[in-house]
Amino acid sequence: MRSAWSHVWTIARRELGGYFSSPVAYVFLVIFLLLTGFFTFTAGNFFERGEASLAAFFGWHPWLYLVLVPAIGMRLWSEERRAGTMELLLTLPITPWQAILGKFLASWLFLALALALTFPVVVTVNVLGDPDNGAIVAGYLGSLLLAGAYLAVTCMTSAMTRNQVVAFILAVVACLFLILAGFSPVTDLLVRWASPALVDTVAAFSVITHFDGFQKGVIDTRNLCFFLSVMGFALFATGVIIRGLRAG
Amino acid sequence: MIRIENLVKTFGAKRAVDGISFSVERGEVLGFLGPNGAGKSTTMRMVTGFYPPTSGRVSVGGHDVAEAPLEAKRLIGYLPENAPSYPDMTVGAFLGFAAAMRGLRREARAKAVARVVQRCSLGSVLHQPIETLSKGYRHRTCLAQALIHDPEVLVLDEPTDGLDPNQKHEARNLIRELGRTKAVIFSTHILEEVDAACTRAIIIDRGRIVANGTPQELKRMSEVAGAVTLQAHGADPGRIEQRLATLGRVDKVDGAFRVYPKDRGASAVLTRDVVELAAREGWQLDALHTEEGQLDEVFRRITLPDTVRR
Repeated sequence: MRSAWSHVWTIARRELGGYFSSPVAYVFLVIFLLLTGFFTFTAGNFFERGEASLAAFFGWHPWLYLVLVPAIGMRLWSEERRAGTMELLLTLPITPWQAILGKFLASWLFLALALALTFPVVVTVNVLGDPDNGAIVAGYLGSLLLAGAYLAVTCMTSAMTRNQVVAFILAVVACLFLILAGFSPVTDLLVRWASPALVDTVAAFSVITHFDGFQKGVIDTRNLCFFLSVMGFALFATGVIIRGLRAG
Repeated sequence: MIRIENLVKTFGAKRAVDGISFSVERGEVLGFLGPNGAGKSTTMRMVTGFYPPTSGRVSVGGHDVAEAPLEAKRLIGYLPENAPSYPDMTVGAFLGFAAAMRGLRREARAKAVARVVQRCSLGSVLHQPIETLSKGYRHRTCLAQALIHDPEVLVLDEPTDGLDPNQKHEARNLIRELGRTKAVIFSTHILEEVDAACTRAIIIDRGRIVANGTPQELKRMSEVAGAVTLQAHGADPGRIEQRLATLGRVDKVDGAFRVYPKDRGASAVLTRDVVELAAREGWQLDALHTEEGQLDEVFRRITLPDTVRR
């Protein structure tokens, strides 16, 4: 058991090292921070709202992650397939799950780091007013889970192809579906010709519906379960795809 | 160490490997020969647990690769085709990663890396990213990775591909040396390597074993095996040919005569007969040798489709 986790950690460390040994990590961090700043303060009307909350900050995350998370995760498996290192990795004395988990955790940790570097907005809102810091913590937790869900979907699309660009596009489309299923313009449209039960079912698959709860400061078990199940399902699918590649 | 029984792998309708059985013991170097697409890599991928077999069994060190993959994989060092590695890592970091994945802890890891770096002459590039290295160094880096845990079984898919002649020579020596204490399978389509490094060779074609034996045994399957080739003067070439024809069928090869024995087993007798004939006829012999047989001819003869066969 101990050695299983040490394998997961060794793989994760190698992936993380890969991010930081090239400019990719730094470029990503800078772009992520610039964009969160822009959306929060300019597009999100942070000051004009006159609220001591981070609603303007978190509200954009589903859209921001839509592009940035697939960009981070697209190479995870497609690059292994293209370079042939997948053969090397999977003939080591490890189970495929250890490799899948190690790679996922490395990217998730990296996204957590990017998210942690947004701490100045927390400082700002605390200097300017008296926000509910519990709600902010819940918002961060929700945002991290949201990133994890997108990332797991990206892992899955990355395992489907040798081409990083294809993996990226597939991931964006899949994540866009997860957003749009519960996006009010879309649900309003659906309500016109579908039964409310169906609309609710579709909306139940949306990350927006489940992320909203966290933004409001509520850590609901159902929302937690939703994100964890999306991750679990997508990573399981990744495993199935990889096994399919080997079985021929 | 390695036992393969009735191994089959199909991809869709294609049978890439079609019922292969063999075994390799410690101290053996098995050369795996065959034209491109014959199923060499597929077989090796099944031995190393990358592909699950469609049917049949592979066991390594007594562990069934399908049922106890981790135990089997621990015993194997594997150099995949084209020697893949992580291009953004340095040689040292890559070998350290491989050692860590093999469960080696700090000091043991450093020792293992130092050992393979020395063995594969990688000292001068230890801190360079792999993507900046020449193909020869990249190949050796991947080979070093396969040796990091001093495995009992080595599976090397085209270990000399892309190396220059000196590097090839070194690689063959290394394989031969490793073969004294380990069970080694390596694939190649360079036939001289079979002579240089193997204790045994298997030729496969379209997924089936078509020949299995020591390099000498395989060469004896050659048409020219046992023939005597000689260059002689002191008489009219037509007369020489005519006289030689009394001993066996005669061919002219690059200005020399080649006499084939009437009976395959009687090549020693044939050599003596040719020498006696020359002495009797008063020819001067410039060169004379008994053909061992040519591996490439054997290879061509048994792997070409019937229509192309001459």
